[in-house]
Amino acid sequence: MAAGALGWWGVPLGILAGTLRGSVPFLLVSLGECLTEKSGKINLGLEGTLLFGAMSAYAISYLSSGIVGPTLAPWLGVLAAGVAGMVLGAIHGWLSQQPRVNDVAVGIAMIIFGGGLANFFGKPFIQPQAPQLPTIPIGGWSSLDPVQSALQISPLFLLGVAIVPLMSWFFKSTRWGLYVRAVGDSPDAALAMGISIFWVRMASIVGGSFLAGIGGASLSLFYPGVWTERISSGQGLMAVALVIFARWQPWQCLWASLLFGGAQALGPAFQSVGIDSYYYLFNAAPYILTLVIMIITCSPQRTLAGAPGALGKDS
Amino acid sequence: MSDRNRSFRLSRRQVMRGLLATSAFGLTAKFGTGCAQSPSSGGGAAADGAAAEELVVGFIYVGPKDDFGYNQAHAEGAAAMVADVPGIRLVEEASVPETTAVAETMRSMIEIDGAKVLFPTSFGYFDPHILALAEEFPDVQFFHAGGLYQEGVHPKNVGSYFGYIDEAQYVAGVVAAHMSPAGKLGFVAAKPIPQVLRNVNSFTLGARSVNPAATTQVIFTGEWAEPVKEAEATNSMADQGIEVITCHVDSPKVVMETAERRGVMTSGYHADQSPLAPEGYLTGAEWDWSSIYTELGQEFVAGKTLMAGDIPHVLRGGLADNFCKLSPYGPAVSDEAKAGGDAAVAAIESGELVIYQGPLKTNTGDEVLSTDQALKTDNIELEKMDYFVEGVIGSVS
Repeated sequence: MAAGALGWWGVPLGILAGTLRGSVPFLLVSLGECLTEKSGKINLGLEGTLLFGAMSAYAISYLSSGIVGPTLAPWLGVLAAGVAGMVLGAIHGWLSQQPRVNDVAVGIAMIIFGGGLANFFGKPFIQPQAPQLPTIPIGGWSSLDPVQSALQISPLFLLGVAIVPLMSWFFKSTRWGLYVRAVGDSPDAALAMGISIFWVRMASIVGGSFLAGIGGASLSLFYPGVWTERISSGQGLMAVALVIFARWQPWQCLWASLLFGGAQALGPAFQSVGIDSYYYLFNAAPYILTLVIMIITCSPQRTLAGAPGALGKDS
Repeated sequence: MSDRNRSFRLSRRQVMRGLLATSAFGLTAKFGTGCAQSPSSGGGAAADGAAAEELVVGFIYVGPKDDFGYNQAHAEGAAAMVADVPGIRLVEEASVPETTAVAETMRSMIEIDGAKVLFPTSFGYFDPHILALAEEFPDVQFFHAGGLYQEGVHPKNVGSYFGYIDEAQYVAGVVAAHMSPAGKLGFVAAKPIPQVLRNVNSFTLGARSVNPAATTQVIFTGEWAEPVKEAEATNSMADQGIEVITCHVDSPKVVMETAERRGVMTSGYHADQSPLAPEGYLTGAEWDWSSIYTELGQEFVAGKTLMAGDIPHVLRGGLADNFCKLSPYGPAVSDEAKAGGDAAVAAIESGELVIYQGPLKTNTGDEVLSTDQALKTDNIELEKMDYFVEGVIGSVS
């Protein structure tokens, strides 16, 4: 309340803040999906995982705050969200690798299953307030309140950013990373190497779902910080599309997530300084971006550079 | 792919088995509804006798019942009806989408639970779902929140009720303007439909009755439940130095919590959100369905019906008729603001204050009302509102 209006400076600041706040679920889900798709399977069900993770995190944070205290409870919630994600991932991993089962179809079923499960168990947690994750203020140098509150960074954002080089290194320079890539690019060759395709893919899907579950925790325990049935509003699906945009590169997942997080803040930021025409267009910015990316990157003539060879194929 | 097609062929035995299973399922499902229907129509007397003449009333909500919003307001009203009127049994279903799903819910409430009165509360349930079911079950009464009933066009067993909650928004605007030194107010709105625009305008007119320079910045999120956008909108308003934020979305929880975190004052909507913002909550425009539902419940038990004409088909009212109310003032509210709010409530209830009083201009400069014109709260013109009044920053299209 102390600070006056920022005027036009509010737009870049709003977008910057929106980027830092809104990109966390995109980042974690897209990294998870990146890992999954590198092994040659698609997991569209991450939208459901995101919802179920958000619900689990909120529920556990709320229920355990009386036992372990409000500082530890949200972290327990984050862990619970990851584990909940792994459970859904294990179901997807097992189902999608059955003979003659299509992973996209299973993924769609898992969206509905994860969402339904979250809504079913989440009913009693809509009203109560759960303790939230702490944030790391890095805006202390500024005396302006809007700047300070814009620069509140979630530890989950830092976690996501830290995973990016790790995952990149994992794919490039580790034996296990090679296994994942081999299974994803050429299952036959991997089989000849003596690698179990089933278990590598299972591990990749479960690991990816763990990250997506934590992405859900960031929705319910950081921003916007509530549990409702519509909390994800398609962000899980957008993150899946984003992996294609990022060409299955963890570093590019980071940039793409930042872009999408910032695009979400466009509409409200413009309206708050009085640019109120076309607000539907600005609000739709992330979706339009997804569509444009899909149109630019998809072609029936060629496969995408960087796409895992066995992605979307029967095996 | 060709390999898959070949191996996916079903044997004749499998096909037969599948067909038998589906027809068996279909038959049992048919029998199921048949069985449920017969006691309510044929052996109705026996069933009623066993239930000690309980009247079954069904409530259907579009979202969760405890969302601090629209649905919670209705659910609280329903709970009050059951508590206050003996002889009523409540059946409820939450999170029913505005699709054929609501038709199925209504049908099962009527056929399986034996409901005689239904309250499908969401706006979008009315056409075509309530209308279709009302034709099919002429002895069941349907009450819809939205004021859409048209005499002669819609079935006799449909009634509608709605509150002029913008009266409460006007008072909230008065309180907000007293509390905001710079006169900068914000409104997070879902969609530019008449009810929302009316709330924005009444809030602004209330504020400008105290501080003629006050403005209301409007941000549309585009959907009724869009938590990330609502939080984003609240944050960008806080960045712009807006001092009091109110909203019209399905669940104001995100807006209230985000504003409280940013140290911005809030004014609630739909239900009492003071627990969400213990410091900055000023007051709020709440629905007060308990009195209406209790009244209707007493009439049901007394045997009055819409069909017989004992209950009016359209029930409307504002603050004076207990269709809406204001949240208790929060701790931040000054005595001056409280006095201003109370005076506005008294003036509206007595009818001496007309909110839409000329001269009135839109925020694009067009004249809505000339100096001697006025639109009273129950004027139907107000329900077609498609403009923002002077003082609102935002555009409808």
